[in-house]
Amino acid sequence: MSPHTSPPGPKSFQDIILTLHHFWAAQGCVILQPYDVEMGAGTFHPATTLRALGPEPWRAAYVQPSRRPSDGRYGENPNRLQHYYQYQALLKPSPADIQALLLESYDAIGIDRTLHDIRFVEDDWESPTLGAWGLGWEVWCDGMEVSQFTYFQQVGGIACMSPSAEITYGLERLAMVVQGVENVYALDFNGAGVTYGDIFRRAERDYSRHNFELANTDMLIRHFADAEAECAALVVAGVAQPAYDQCIKASHLFNLLDARGVISVAERAGYIARVRDLAKACAQAWIGADG
Amino acid sequence: MAEFFLELFSEEIPARMQRDAADALRDICSWVFRNLSPQDVKTFYGPRRLAISLEIAMTKPGGVAESRGPRDSAPEAALAGFLGKHAASRHELITEGGYFWLRRDLSPTRAADIIMGSLADALAKFPWPKSMRWGQGENFTWVRPLRRIVCLLDGQVVPLKLGPITASDITEGHRVHAPGTFKVSSASDWEKKLLAHYVIADVARRVGKIGDGGRTDLDELGLELVQDANLLYEVAGLVEWPVRLFGKIDPEFMDLPPEVRELSMKINQKYFALRDASGNPAPTFMFVANLQAPDAGAAIITGNERVLRARLSDARHFWDQDRKTPLEKLLPKLEKITFHGKIGTQRERVERIANKAENITSLLGLMGEAGRDARTAGLLCKADLVTHMVGEFPELQGVMGGYYASMTHGKLVGDAIKTHYQPKGPSDSVPKGNVAVSVALADKLDTLIEFFKIGETPTGSGDPFALRRAALGVIRIILENDLRLALKPLLDHDEKLFAFIMDRLRVKLRAEGRRFDVLDAVLSAGADDDLVRVMKRVDAVTEFLQTEDGANLLAAYKRAANILRIEDAKDGPHKPEFVLGPLPMKEAEELRDMLVFIERETYDNFTEEKYALVMAAFAKLRTVLDAFFERVTVNTPEPDLRRKNLQLLARFQYSLSRIADFSKIEG
Repeated sequence: MSPHTSPPGPKSFQDIILTLHHFWAAQGCVILQPYDVEMGAGTFHPATTLRALGPEPWRAAYVQPSRRPSDGRYGENPNRLQHYYQYQALLKPSPADIQALLLESYDAIGIDRTLHDIRFVEDDWESPTLGAWGLGWEVWCDGMEVSQFTYFQQVGGIACMSPSAEITYGLERLAMVVQGVENVYALDFNGAGVTYGDIFRRAERDYSRHNFELANTDMLIRHFADAEAECAALVVAGVAQPAYDQCIKASHLFNLLDARGVISVAERAGYIARVRDLAKACAQAWIGADG
Repeated sequence: MAEFFLELFSEEIPARMQRDAADALRDICSWVFRNLSPQDVKTFYGPRRLAISLEIAMTKPGGVAESRGPRDSAPEAALAGFLGKHAASRHELITEGGYFWLRRDLSPTRAADIIMGSLADALAKFPWPKSMRWGQGENFTWVRPLRRIVCLLDGQVVPLKLGPITASDITEGHRVHAPGTFKVSSASDWEKKLLAHYVIADVARRVGKIGDGGRTDLDELGLELVQDANLLYEVAGLVEWPVRLFGKIDPEFMDLPPEVRELSMKINQKYFALRDASGNPAPTFMFVANLQAPDAGAAIITGNERVLRARLSDARHFWDQDRKTPLEKLLPKLEKITFHGKIGTQRERVERIANKAENITSLLGLMGEAGRDARTAGLLCKADLVTHMVGEFPELQGVMGGYYASMTHGKLVGDAIKTHYQPKGPSDSVPKGNVAVSVALADKLDTLIEFFKIGETPTGSGDPFALRRAALGVIRIILENDLRLALKPLLDHDEKLFAFIMDRLRVKLRAEGRRFDVLDAVLSAGADDDLVRVMKRVDAVTEFLQTEDGANLLAAYKRAANILRIEDAKDGPHKPEFVLGPLPMKEAEELRDMLVFIERETYDNFTEEKYALVMAAFAKLRTVLDAFFERVTVNTPEPDLRRKNLQLLARFQYSLSRIADFSKIEG
């Protein structure tokens, strides 16, 4: 039994995280901390993107705050957030019992599989900005998508020599299922009276204003160009991860510009291609391949 | 004969790929076992397994392969060539009847060898639409990781090897209800044991359980399922042990357009919509779980209801947001959407559609109000592309525009927008009503004109802009609404485009099992771009040709045409002029008088488009024609009389050719 066992009743938000840490640690994953650059999904964490490349075995798990500026709803929508948490486990090479492991992790956080209908529904994953794709599923619990499961086939334009299994839990959704609540802000965060809304509602309101109304677009465009140039320079210098930081920054700046509605349909594809070029260059720098 | 059984057990196979995969497996086995008399082939497919059973011969008996070589007297070089071709040596040959012979024993073909060899090779190249690598990065790919293979021949394991997996007789049942593995000894044993392990292997039985399910639950609720075969099969591909469950839809969502609610349920959640006894949408949805839960599904229902509430809240939000902005206000946004790089923006497109729609109403002789409505509907018909709802559900384009427009511009405009994409396929219905018809027609004509203008015309199987469908839509809208329009001016007189549309009409007739040589005959007789009139003539001629009089007239026409072709080549052409006054043969005179009479009689019927009456009049020619050909020698030695006879035949052709060029008709 984990020392973090909740009091009787469903697990709190933080207890779910602690349980997952214990679960995946027991599977040989290194438990990492969130990466300290803003990003759209846990996949961007170098522990996933860069480590998915090359032949070396690797297992890691971590929480990653994820920012999707366009999903902001001023704290009004019970299901949508511009900032939320993903729990990410990456296992390379993908173990033969990986589906069973995922299901056991649900057991661990208190989803009774004799009462709840868990399903694997086709979902091919593709990240145009990362030059990455894989095949897998959305995992449904009673019709709610609570996780994504992907077998990486390519990252940064490079085929994965040793395909990884990536499991991404949408922590808020998972907690909503576990706790049976319909409003994300009503989630019990710590089992001691603090709700998700107590912590994040004001931030959601303020960031929605920032993302949609206030962010200085001229500055964002400048910063995008700066990050792009810096990334290219660092690739040339052969420092893959610092270069990759700039790539992640460029990606987030693009997402902000997109939320501000200043990118036309035609320009959009161009921005995505520019970020993808950075990701590819970083991936090649990481595995030491020739450009 | 022995039973061959193969189960390919993997992680979840996308539902949409399962049926094709089962067909591919059938084809592969039929091919690799083609020499072993395969029969009784049965395939199974589901979320985690693809299987096949069939009867095959255990071995194909060997035999003797015999090849005849050169004559025993042939030069050494010829013999060497024969030996080389068969990789044989001199002492294997015998001589018989003056020839060299090579006779070789063929070893028997063993089914097990084929399984280990050709079958494994074929399965390694299985035609999945998308496949993947996993684990240690072996090069073997499958749709999702392959985890087990059961391969049995006559109850014995054949250790077929695919990538990292070697076949055995072990499989698995339902993940939750029957975890663990078990052994199977045959196809029927497999199916029976799977059932005991909570897996219905046969997709038809799963579909039956989902679609009908014994019905008592539906009868108790007094509801009917909205039939959706695609959804049924998709859901059957997602569950191994289907359990029908019913959830409630909150009343606050029942005033959303049913299309919105039902699409959201179907696309996002794979839920089935229900209707009450009077056919109205019911506030209940049906869904299928893969689990027989001890609480009778209470927790699963609660969860699914919660998800649907969230989905419909989103839809409700889009619906509320969208209705705050009249469609007109969205037009500037269309300026930013490129329809096609060489054609321009959606804004420019709707301007053209509006003009054309208004133009069509006036061509149809409608008064000002219809023209204004058509213009408005044309202008607004693509505005819903930038609404929230269509952004979320592109399938609802047109439908949403219809709802939004009817609130501000009335039902006529709303309906016109709603139906303007129709018909979307050969089985889809066409728009009805003047305004709707004008807008739908204008939309399709504009697409055709613009893509033809930039040279993006369909080639072979390639039709990326669905121009064939648009052309068929134009034809069906015109014909099924009986629209009297000259088509060419509406095509900006683009002859290539007109020919393309007529070609589609030909294809349509062929698809309907009707003769299209009649269409060619009618068109050849008179260029006509009024499709309704063209088809009236086609119908009349087709019907006439089915009668005895018709067949007879066609034969007479061909006979006259043959004579004229030969004689015209000598000293023609022979003008189709009536020769007045008495003629030496009364049969010739009668034919002439009858033609004069018919031409006069049919004149009004022609202009009034009573083509059946026209054909009936021509039927009267039969007796005089028969008598003419029986009694009159056309090619009489007398030049003047010969010319008069030929002119008479030419006139007969001419009279008929006003309705159709019978030389184009087969038979």
